[in-house]
Amino acid sequence: MSEKIKVPTMQELAASGNSAEILFWVGCAGSFDDRAKKITKAVVQILNKCEVSYAVLGTEETCSGDPAKRAGNEFLFQMQAFQNIQLLNGYDVKKIVTACPHCFNTLKNEYPELGGTYEVIHHSQLIQDLINSGKLAVQGGGQFKGKRITFHDPCYLGRANNVYEAPREILSRLDAELVEMKRCRTKGLCCGAGGAQMFKEAEAGNKEVNIERTEDALETRPDVIATGCPFCNTMMTDGVKNFNKEGEIQTLDIAELIAQAADL
Amino acid sequence: MGIGELSFIALSFLGLGLFTFNCVRIRKNIHLGVDVDRSGSLGARLKTTLLVAFGQKKMFKRPIPALLHLCIYAAFLFTQIELIEIFADGITGSHRAFQADLGVLYTFSISLIEVLSVLAFVATLAFLARRNLLKIPRFTMSEMTGWPKLDGNLILYFEILLICFIFMMNGADEVLHIQDGKGTYGFAISSRIGPVLFGGMSVETLHLIEQIGWWGHICMVFVFLNYLPISKHFHIILAFPNVFYSNLQEKGKFTNMESVKKEVELMFDPSADPYAAPAPDASDAAPTRFGAKDITDLSWKNLLDAYTCTECGRCTSSCPANQTGKKLSPRKIMMDTRDRMEEVGRNKRKNGKDHDDGKSLLGDYISEEEVWACTSCNACVEECPVNIDPLSIIIDLRRYLVMEESKAPSELTTMFTNIENNGAPWQFSPMDRLNWATEEH
Repeated sequence: MSEKIKVPTMQELAASGNSAEILFWVGCAGSFDDRAKKITKAVVQILNKCEVSYAVLGTEETCSGDPAKRAGNEFLFQMQAFQNIQLLNGYDVKKIVTACPHCFNTLKNEYPELGGTYEVIHHSQLIQDLINSGKLAVQGGGQFKGKRITFHDPCYLGRANNVYEAPREILSRLDAELVEMKRCRTKGLCCGAGGAQMFKEAEAGNKEVNIERTEDALETRPDVIATGCPFCNTMMTDGVKNFNKEGEIQTLDIAELIAQAADL
Repeated sequence: MGIGELSFIALSFLGLGLFTFNCVRIRKNIHLGVDVDRSGSLGARLKTTLLVAFGQKKMFKRPIPALLHLCIYAAFLFTQIELIEIFADGITGSHRAFQADLGVLYTFSISLIEVLSVLAFVATLAFLARRNLLKIPRFTMSEMTGWPKLDGNLILYFEILLICFIFMMNGADEVLHIQDGKGTYGFAISSRIGPVLFGGMSVETLHLIEQIGWWGHICMVFVFLNYLPISKHFHIILAFPNVFYSNLQEKGKFTNMESVKKEVELMFDPSADPYAAPAPDASDAAPTRFGAKDITDLSWKNLLDAYTCTECGRCTSSCPANQTGKKLSPRKIMMDTRDRMEEVGRNKRKNGKDHDDGKSLLGDYISEEEVWACTSCNACVEECPVNIDPLSIIIDLRRYLVMEESKAPSELTTMFTNIENNGAPWQFSPMDRLNWATEEH
């Protein structure tokens, strides 16, 4: 992956009188966090490969307000939301895809009452559509064929929005062995990052949540821990490192798994 | 009308009257909360009530306690048939008023109640063992000492008494019926254990035992009924309305605060006059607090949740913070809310409705440490068999801390500042947002 990727922005498209069908909402983690940027690139590779009509907001994007809202700062959340909604409505955005379940939840559920109603999907749902419609093929699963993969349900995708199947359906296309953790789907254990915990030290306890969750994952003896959230990815990556297993276990986002399997 | 009927009617008035009085008190307490709209979607609400409350759907996420609970639940539901007859007999002085008319159906109904009662008896013993002998963590936590522990056990003892009285009544009656030469009633259990326990006793003794069973049962019913309002066991009634009024929207959707929305809209309105006097119609209303400091800032649904909670602890045992040794326990949030609500209600009754005891839910009952330990993962909400939502209380407490007291862990204050200044929770320049697309790595 040495070549630069072509990423259209809404601004450029609008300036040339064009528009995009889907806005790819990158989110703060996907924009700034070094690990999450790789997930963003994988999503873009998939979008480019499938010739999806999409664009990003680029430097016009700003925090969805999710962490402020979960931390109780409703003022800040609504300030962010109003700004974003003005921008999104200005570009007449109809459909949004995002690789961050927190942005996904906020945009989908909390923006409508503030004047921003869009069809919001998680990238797992978009990839599922692309595979089902034949635009994206992952024949044989590439390097993941026969590997043991376990999927960690992000709380804001699963319990918060009842999306459990899309990521699993994608993973099932990899010809890999999908193994479930003892706590999965509605019973999935949080990675410890939600509710603005990502941005603070945990309260005093006897264990970190991500260690507890990584133990669940390790019990399945996986080759890959698949995630669908940049924050879960960080937490699980750290958890795997804590057990000195980073040499044998990869922690990858579903978009990365698909992009690598499809040899993009 | 004999002394028996008069006593029964007096007892009924007393029992039902006291219960009604306490229900009114609880209803008033629930109305201490602010309004929240849970109207509409009747179809979906009925369906949820049918599945979750009547159908116990969410209980079965943990099959063993669910099965045991189902036995007691089914016995409770069907025993109401026998209770109707007890009322009919009690008021009119008849004996088994429905037997003649219902015939075989009667025998079947009583037999069903008896079989369920035996199952409930076994389940009750199992529950007692779970609470007292097996070291199940969620029953031995710090919030489950003292009254909550005693409450849990008392309920089970009451149930054992209720069941024993039923079998005294039916068992002795079976033997009397046989001694009268009318043959057996044919009740599934008491026709078998009646003769074993009471066979060969004199008619007087049998009558006495039957009467002790009958009166004992109905007295226990009234005792239990009036125990409910001071006990976690009130869930047997409130579970149904609580599930009916549950949140039907996606669990990830938090409420958008209307009071904040007005302010933010004003800030975004270029034609708004910042020095304008408030609209005259709004002037009477006292400014409401942002978020919740005390139970009066919570919604009536939060308060209904608190009275509905039966302290099973599934929420706490599924909470990631609690599992990793943090102070937070969603069950304790609900218990604290209920206890504080009882206290506020008591104070208001005693000292007038404007009384302020200087205490509050946040601080005196729930600590900031608990509030900040939550990951908002919704495991507690998902887990609750009666759709209680501890998370919405936690978030409202956070809202109060942040927006009224500017009290948040310092890292979160930094996060807020970053979002305000550069539109991201970390300190990155907004102009670098698209760098990922051009960076080589």
